[in-house]
Amino acid sequence: MDSFLWVVRIGAIVLLIWGVAGTVVQGLSGQGPTGEAWRDLVVAGIAQGAMYGLIALGYSMVYGVLGFINFAHGEVFMSGGMVGFFVANYLWEVGLWETNFVLAILLVLLSSILTSTLVAVIVERIAYRPLRASPRLIPLITSIGISFFLQYTFAGLFGVAVKNYPPPPESLRSRISLLGLEIEGSKLLVIVVAVATMVGLYLFVEKTRTGRSIRAVAEDKEIAALMGIDVNRTIVATFAVGGAMAGVAGTLWALLFRGVSFITGFLPGIKAFTAAVLGGIGNLPGAMAGGVLLGLFEGVGPQLVLAGFGIPGVSQLKDVVAFTALVLVLIFKPTGLFGERLSAEDRA
Amino acid sequence: MKGILRARRLLAVAVLLVAACGESVPAADSDLTGLEFEAGPLGAVVVPPGEQIQIRSLNTISGDNAFLGIPNQRGVEMAIEDYGPVAGREVSMGTPLDDLCSPDGGQSGAQATVADPSVVGVIGTTCSSAAVAASPLISDAGMVMIAPSNTSPALTSDLAGNPSPSHHPGYYRTAHNDLFQGKAVALFVRDHLGLDTAAAIHDGDPYTQGLAEAFRDAFEELGGVVTAFTAVNKGDTDMIAVLTEVAAGRPQTLFFPVFMPEGAFIVQQVDGVAGLEEVTLIVSAALLVDNFMELPESEGVYISGPDLRFGDNRNSITGRSAAELLDAYEAAYGEPPSGGYLAHAYDATTMLLRAIDRVAVAIDGTLHIDRAQVRDELTRTNMDGIIGPIDCDQFGDCGTQRLTVLYNTDARNIEAGKNNVVFEYAP
Repeated sequence: MDSFLWVVRIGAIVLLIWGVAGTVVQGLSGQGPTGEAWRDLVVAGIAQGAMYGLIALGYSMVYGVLGFINFAHGEVFMSGGMVGFFVANYLWEVGLWETNFVLAILLVLLSSILTSTLVAVIVERIAYRPLRASPRLIPLITSIGISFFLQYTFAGLFGVAVKNYPPPPESLRSRISLLGLEIEGSKLLVIVVAVATMVGLYLFVEKTRTGRSIRAVAEDKEIAALMGIDVNRTIVATFAVGGAMAGVAGTLWALLFRGVSFITGFLPGIKAFTAAVLGGIGNLPGAMAGGVLLGLFEGVGPQLVLAGFGIPGVSQLKDVVAFTALVLVLIFKPTGLFGERLSAEDRA
Repeated sequence: MKGILRARRLLAVAVLLVAACGESVPAADSDLTGLEFEAGPLGAVVVPPGEQIQIRSLNTISGDNAFLGIPNQRGVEMAIEDYGPVAGREVSMGTPLDDLCSPDGGQSGAQATVADPSVVGVIGTTCSSAAVAASPLISDAGMVMIAPSNTSPALTSDLAGNPSPSHHPGYYRTAHNDLFQGKAVALFVRDHLGLDTAAAIHDGDPYTQGLAEAFRDAFEELGGVVTAFTAVNKGDTDMIAVLTEVAAGRPQTLFFPVFMPEGAFIVQQVDGVAGLEEVTLIVSAALLVDNFMELPESEGVYISGPDLRFGDNRNSITGRSAAELLDAYEAAYGEPPSGGYLAHAYDATTMLLRAIDRVAVAIDGTLHIDRAQVRDELTRTNMDGIIGPIDCDQFGDCGTQRLTVLYNTDARNIEAGKNNVVFEYAP
């Protein structure tokens, strides 16, 4: 078995080098993307990946505490983006969006965070808490049901058409010079906000009393309870923090893509789950790094690797590249790039 | 046995006479007695005394593309009401079916339809992807379907006498064939805009891919150079990768006949891609929809599609003009039609009802509708519709092939854009 894995590993490396070499040869012969285009691909990949990372935090936190994948988390993200749209549209109609964009986007962010947090907490209270003692497969299947329930509830409430956020101000749509690189303002803002949010979350989990409770419950619920920690309240806090991260991602999504619909959460949710596994499930920095890497794989991978083989229409294969990258990472490092953080029960 | 043969001869003569006489002379106006009906090779629908004739509407009535399918369905309802009784019977559309603008939806809608042997035919589907899945089922059941808004060349023929891979007998459409639309867009780019290079993006759907291929082939025939021909996935949001791939060839034109929301993501992100700052954007009628045209970034985008300037055309069966149809639509539904194929659906329904009217035979109070004769009657269709002359070829292309290119100049006044025809094509 080990020798087979080594054959797969070596084969993957050879194919990777072959593809990249082919792309380099194409580039030297004047074909393929320009330097500016590569820069745009990298920046877009990081920005998209930062959002995956923020959503992945929710997956990772819930997995760390309860040991199951909450597949409804993509819809928690969508709910924030959807409600944020109505707030943004109102602010556009009253003129605040154009006269004071900073205040407007903060209000949108606040509404998005509140909505996602509320949805996450309600889902935990109604759907998952009654199943706390059930085998893990039960809440997992329930989460898939909740995912569809939320999708079609929002479709019923707000309609199925795509809703377009108002355009951001010109300053965000134009390019900003940073360290000699011309980067689109909205993408730079998304990356900065995502990194700041991640740092804030890290400090919250590491330095605050609630954060310590979350870590303790993730380690061992029974021992944590014996130490006087309110496990139920801590689990609610975990869902709330994960929901808040998804709410931030919902607003960043609006800044980047502007369109939201009832199925907006589905694909990013799957990708974020992939990012969480890529970085090491249960590991918060790993989830964020996994998201950014996944975004980069998606954004750059098709052009960098597949174009070198002369494959036409490579950008349509970005999902193939992303999930192949996941498989390869797990072949080389089965616990994810940054290692899993499992509870005492799971380690046993 | 002699009685049966005599009855069939009588019926054949009656049908031929009806066909020769022209419009709306129902074969079943008089009830024959003491005869036995023998069905043709595809069987027949038997409508017992007092029951309605059943047809179905299979259109996109939910999801992002419902804007196209809902007016189609309403067009069916209006045509049934305007036509009145067929062979002395009321016509029922039954419960509207949803094609979901997808192969899954087309297949499940068709399965529901063919499970009911009383159904004569279907008006639908809205989307070509749904029709690719639905048409073999409808065809195998001996039924007919007339599509108001399928335009993929894959469903009929290559216009050179060869059937397309997904063509099945019993399939007809009043919509245009995208081989003509591809030619129209290519002529627009080469002759009207005077541009030499172009790229195309589709999403793998039979409609978008078929149209993008038709454009590519026509553009190259006209001497243009296609620098990239690529695709996005339905559900993609980040278009930077595909646009970067396209930008490598520095095209002067980008034609992307995709749906919402992918079309919106492309126009919103194209400005941020080096090499595409000056590119001319062209979309198809799939994006002739308010929430695309209202985007500020859609200003300056060209939109190709069927010519909707119907002028004084009248449906020769019901006598309705386009203006009367629109007025009646707004009166009945309280809004203008959201899609561009209302008249196509209306004309398609009248085609089907007249075909049934012509072949239906009443014997002892029971109505018999021979399925093969319905097909023959539809294939012989030669009438005036609101959309213009309707004349079917042997592969089911019946519509007028008049196409236009619109120019969206103002996102805050999209009605102006919808009427701003800058190019027209009529082969």
